[in-house]
Amino acid sequence: MSLDDWILALHELSAFALVASMVLFWILVLTSRSFMDVDRRIMIGRIGDVGDRVIGVGFFGTIGFGLWLSFSKDDYALWDGWIVAAIILWVIAGATGGRAGAEYQKVLERAQELKSSGQAAQPGEFRSSTGELMLAISTLATLLLLIDMIWKPGA
Amino acid sequence: MSTIIAVSRPTEWNLPLFLHVLGAMILVGGLLTGACAIAYARGDVRSLRVGYWTLLTVALPGYIVMRIGAQWIYSKEGWDDLPDNMEPTWLAIGWFTADVGLLLLLAALIVGGVGTYRLRRGKGTGLLKATMIISLALLAAYVVTVWAMAGKPD
Repeated sequence: MSLDDWILALHELSAFALVASMVLFWILVLTSRSFMDVDRRIMIGRIGDVGDRVIGVGFFGTIGFGLWLSFSKDDYALWDGWIVAAIILWVIAGATGGRAGAEYQKVLERAQELKSSGQAAQPGEFRSSTGELMLAISTLATLLLLIDMIWKPGA
Repeated sequence: MSTIIAVSRPTEWNLPLFLHVLGAMILVGGLLTGACAIAYARGDVRSLRVGYWTLLTVALPGYIVMRIGAQWIYSKEGWDDLPDNMEPTWLAIGWFTADVGLLLLLAALIVGGVGTYRLRRGKGTGLLKATMIISLALLAAYVVTVWAMAGKPD
């Protein structure tokens, strides 16, 4: 395997980490929507921590190794339309994903406050409409990014 | 499977490749979530069930989509016209982990199904832990598979 083959393999592994962690976040969001149990919500937060680490590897790995390939392979240039589109989609996915993460961090902090004060949660207290919307946009951008990477429009 | 970044791929290979890759990504996401939910449940019955149901309703459908896409692209790329001994190593790794992986995934689901049934009767969580270990082993195998399919070692 050449160095470029290794970089490509790491690029694709990062893409897997990115999408796999989005699957993880959706499962957590959908299963915890109706939670009123504070301990369970905190437990979901711990699983979310794993997702945070995996998505970090995914986001930075895809862009880092992807840019490397765009410079090292003669067939690609950074200004190719499909690569520019991929970078824009990556920025959208990252920005909205980060915002979703911040929303769910607030929900987790609320659960921890309730636990420390011994209070019970109200119905819908652990749900975040903004978080869901941001995660949906981030997921859509990531899906379009995958389509762009496979179809390579204009290449 | 062709690599995601390959310049000279015929357009009609894109859809099967997309299905194959997307299914594999969902499979990996389902395994990761299922294993984590069981690992972090600390005996909480509902969380253990979330872990099991994630494997059943996310990882298994992901596997099916991945496998359909794999067969489709295999046929499109003309690999089925070649004798088995001519297949490259990366393809052999893919077949091996897909076929053995299915057996392991089904074993994890059966063991986990019995485990969730036992939970309802107030029995232990040992079988679900076995499901978690199988899921983690599958996850490790699929990381190697993605590396092999993407890097295509000789």
